[in-house]
Amino acid sequence: MAINWFKYSAPTTFYSLAGKLIPWFAVAAAALFAVGMYIGFYIAPVDYQQGEFYRIIFIHVPASILSMFLYLIMAGYAAMGLIFNTRLSAMMATAIAPTGALFAFISLWTGALWGKPMWGAWWVWDARLTSELILLFLYLGFIALHASIDDPRRADRASALLAIVGSVNVPIIYFSVKWWNTLHQGSTIKFSGTSMHVAMQQAMFIMLVACWLYAIAVILARVRSIILERERHTKWINELPEVKHVA
Amino acid sequence: MKKSTMIDLLWVVTRRDLVLAMRRRADVLTTLIFFVMVVSLFPLGVGPEMDMLRKMAPGVLWVAALLSSMLSLGRLFSADHLDGTLEQMLLVPQSLSMLVLGKMIAHWMVAGLPLVLMAPVLGIQFDMSAEAIGVLILGLLLGTPILSMLGAIGAALTLGLRGGGVLLSLLVLPLCIPVLIFGTGAVDAVSSGLSVASHLSLLGAMLVLALVFTPWVTAQALRISME
Repeated sequence: MAINWFKYSAPTTFYSLAGKLIPWFAVAAAALFAVGMYIGFYIAPVDYQQGEFYRIIFIHVPASILSMFLYLIMAGYAAMGLIFNTRLSAMMATAIAPTGALFAFISLWTGALWGKPMWGAWWVWDARLTSELILLFLYLGFIALHASIDDPRRADRASALLAIVGSVNVPIIYFSVKWWNTLHQGSTIKFSGTSMHVAMQQAMFIMLVACWLYAIAVILARVRSIILERERHTKWINELPEVKHVA
Repeated sequence: MKKSTMIDLLWVVTRRDLVLAMRRRADVLTTLIFFVMVVSLFPLGVGPEMDMLRKMAPGVLWVAALLSSMLSLGRLFSADHLDGTLEQMLLVPQSLSMLVLGKMIAHWMVAGLPLVLMAPVLGIQFDMSAEAIGVLILGLLLGTPILSMLGAIGAALTLGLRGGGVLLSLLVLPLCIPVLIFGTGAVDAVSSGLSVASHLSLLGAMLVLALVFTPWVTAQALRISME
């Protein structure tokens, strides 16, 4: 049997698939958040240097990782939309941007909360903080450009180009900011092994997976809304039970 | 086709934009006056202590240059867009990237070069050493073309939008941060007796990268905005 790889690249089929997937991702995210928080707060031991304060990494680190990966994924979808001219890719890129910006913001906010007791300052102009802030600006620029163009097709293509230019610039910005100033503590997880306690690792890993699942659930929900909005004049939308019911 | 067609095109476009700019000299002057004013506001804001001003000078000059180049970017394509010239430009058989590069060069000569020439005077106001001023000018010479080129992408993307000017700054400023870092870094390096070669080389490398990619990206952005 030949598999149709492109079956779900059409908004029509993807809409119902996303609707079926969202509850699974949402429930799994909630369950893993609960487990991760439990391990993080009750099982993971107190850090001998940072005391209880270190526990904020269980949300800070996943949020930072997601904010960076989501930008790349967004740029990837944007590039696909530009190259293959698929409607759904552009919608995905638009749907990812707010979640990415949210995670960049959470990462900055929790970093400030951690920095106050550890460094004695809410904010220091260190390389990672600064590049995370610039990443937030890039997300906001993408969202603002998309929002200010009325024609959805031009909005998709223009913001896609911006996302691609941004992703080429991200490494340049990262390294320039890094050379500019470094005060942040070095990475704790290294490829050669780690200095972290096992329970800490587990909690962080579970929280990371939970954040991914949450992001996927929210992005799918948002892309469904975008599909409804963009395709509202088509026949298949008006034949959907949820649309018929309201009308 | 003659071999020199590309260069001819570049020359024609650059010359045309320069002539147009010279017919409206006030626009060029406003950018320059804005640059001088922003720089002059800093001593009024932070106080006249020479030690502090000398330390701040490269950053202040660079940030002011960044802001004033944003100011003039809105005009890069908008006049041609309004009178329909831009549509004709998209239809020419020659490369649109080359045409865009010509416009970028003209924009730099009108909006960037005057700032570079003005910088030493402002540097003296901030009591910078002659050596530091020299490095500042070198950095600005390498860096301001990058600002014009990155800005052109934003100008093309926001062509004809409401509130395009503010949006343009929002899109382009984050992308300009590396230029700012290495531009000011070079002056800081010379003030603390270190070698400036690495900073200037990196600026040069970014200039080359921008020269290769931004005309093409801007051309794509123009096609998206005009279709």
